[in-house]
Amino acid sequence: MKKILVTLLFLLFGTVANADCNIKSGSINILANDFPALRTLVETAKECKGSADFKVTHSAEHNKIAVPALTANPSEFSVRVAANSSIVPLMNADLIRPMNDLVKKYGKGIQESQLITIDGKVMAVAFMANTQHLYVRTDVLKENGIAIPKTYEEVVAAAEKIRAAGKMKYPYAAAYKAGWNLAEEFVNMYIGHGGEFFKDGGAQPNINNAKGVATLNMLKKLADLSNPDYLTHDSEAIKVEWESGNVAIMTLWASRSGTLLDDEGDAKITAATKLVAPATVGGGNIPAATLWWDGFTLAKNRSDADAEASFRAMAHAASSKDMVAKAADQAVWLVEGFVPGPKSVGVIEAVKMGAKPYPMLPQMGLMHGALGSEIVEFLQGNESAEQALKDVEAAYITKAKEQGFL
Amino acid sequence: MPNRSFFWFFFPAGLAMILFIGLPIISTGIQSFYAQHDQILIEVKKCDPFGCKTSVVVDQEATSKIKEEKPLGKFNGFGTYVDRNHLASDQVSVFWSESKSLSEFIGKVGNLPFYKALVFTLTYCVIVTPCVLLLGFIIALSLNAISRKIRGPLIFGTILPMIVTPLVGSLVLFWMIDAEGIIGANLQILMDDPYLSVKSSKALTWITIIIYGVWHHSPFAFVVFYAALQTVPQEPLEASIIDGASRFQRVKHIVLPHIYPVVTFVALISLMDNFRVFEPIIGFSAEGSAQSLSWLIYDNLVNEEVILFGSAAATSIMTIVGISIILTPVLLRTWKEFRTNR
Repeated sequence: MKKILVTLLFLLFGTVANADCNIKSGSINILANDFPALRTLVETAKECKGSADFKVTHSAEHNKIAVPALTANPSEFSVRVAANSSIVPLMNADLIRPMNDLVKKYGKGIQESQLITIDGKVMAVAFMANTQHLYVRTDVLKENGIAIPKTYEEVVAAAEKIRAAGKMKYPYAAAYKAGWNLAEEFVNMYIGHGGEFFKDGGAQPNINNAKGVATLNMLKKLADLSNPDYLTHDSEAIKVEWESGNVAIMTLWASRSGTLLDDEGDAKITAATKLVAPATVGGGNIPAATLWWDGFTLAKNRSDADAEASFRAMAHAASSKDMVAKAADQAVWLVEGFVPGPKSVGVIEAVKMGAKPYPMLPQMGLMHGALGSEIVEFLQGNESAEQALKDVEAAYITKAKEQGFL
Repeated sequence: MPNRSFFWFFFPAGLAMILFIGLPIISTGIQSFYAQHDQILIEVKKCDPFGCKTSVVVDQEATSKIKEEKPLGKFNGFGTYVDRNHLASDQVSVFWSESKSLSEFIGKVGNLPFYKALVFTLTYCVIVTPCVLLLGFIIALSLNAISRKIRGPLIFGTILPMIVTPLVGSLVLFWMIDAEGIIGANLQILMDDPYLSVKSSKALTWITIIIYGVWHHSPFAFVVFYAALQTVPQEPLEASIIDGASRFQRVKHIVLPHIYPVVTFVALISLMDNFRVFEPIIGFSAEGSAQSLSWLIYDNLVNEEVILFGSAAATSIMTIVGISIILTPVLLRTWKEFRTNR
């Protein structure tokens, strides 16, 4: 009885606290990736849906759905939760709408720094930051007398030592699944080496050089210390490896730490897991990692009423101090009132060390795609690094020509 | 049947085929001759939570004007067909003049995405189809000889691989060959190599996919052969037994000639199916080691954040052409038999 009463009270106060959105019409349909922080955000947005229709699709396949779904008129979704890479195809195809007027009218709680502006037009509102950084098992490192690695060279040395000690067969893990994930690791490592993907601001590729070769060699060294099935492992798979205690050092998204450190699984492993800064590489001083933001965009091919309803609900979530206080360990929120906890270390250190954001360029997706398939043969040992990079450039150039970038 | 009634019988099916198969193929064909317009890029100031900088974006106003004038894109002729990601005519001729030996040339051509996919697709086709035919026939023969009492459950068990959804079937095997799965771990112990991985080795991945293909497709051949076996006349069989023909001789001289048309049919269908091999590559996450033509189309459509319609269309058309080429000998033979029978 008491429980029911508390729940009822909670519900009552809940509705009172959230009634201020006051959305009377329109329909909201959200497309988002699937990880805990985004679920929290969408739930928060739902609190103030008022009498609007509310639907949401959380999918790991969001990238494949987004462009076709938003091209339709009216589009399937009114809101697309995107990141710095996935907003680009939407902008290339002119599928999202500027929201300056809505920000002015309803965006009271949104901070200036959350706005993604292109030529002064607000195209997205960011709510969280993300990066890939190191996770270490302090117990294993301590046992083998290894300090927490700060560079990838140290990661290699540490992993080799752990393997030599017979402690673990595959002490390192990172999402090397052929395709998007593998390409992302290349992007990180190449940026860590100080590389630029394109020749002086144009669309001509620029990766077949000494930095590119160094990047590939480092990826290969790390791959050799990973589970031999690494080419099929995505973020979720290496998380499982970690939770089974097979891995001592891992490069993983900050946003995945929430489920990694929850109560499920071996408590000893969870207790020994420590999130640390991203590593540098090749003597560089910026981390071999890219900074990401996650934010929401509004579909262009949807009525103004839907856009308004969607914006109000999403803006409520993207400025909710309540949410960031409750879900402080799920993400590094960019929302006002967020107090960083121990799980934010990776992103905060990355920013401090001067990490670069993922390049938000119209042709970057093509480069990313070419990398994901063409460097596999090098990792398998069937091809030289130079040949692999040559293949990437050739594959990219062909695609870029077809798309009209070259 | 008079031609007239045949026409009216066939009309609904024919209409549906034209609408849902014919027209999309034509549209794909047209699409394959076009590329995107030249992108008009402008420099703008971009700001995000990590700071501001000047960089390029696509100029939407200018682009939308061009798109309105020519919605299909820029006419490219056979440009997409011969580019590096497809037939790669320029690259192949360069390799030909550069290479010192034939094997070097083949190695270089095999590194091009289209040929890489073609080699796997053909290997899969050439190995899986005969295996499926042979295995299906052997199973059908043995089940046909078994006591009727247990035949029912056995038939059900045999067609199980076909009932299991392809993706699920491949996932089950995928987990078994994992470095920590039952097959993967045992292989490591057997070969005494802790770093052996079925999934990262190209040859082993190919073998796995081919074995999966045989496992998945054999029941189809079996079902058709088994049905055909029921129609084999008993008299000649009995006569041959009296004449002292062995089991093998009976199969060779009586059963096989009788069900020959069915064998052709199964071979045709299997060849077509196998040429479009796709699901196991996704199920096994084998993109790194094995790519097929269908997978290339999928990759162009969904794996890039930018969708490459032209590329996908060109590969689709070439797949259709490839299937036609593969089927030509079988079709020619059937046609000849049809003529002689009349």
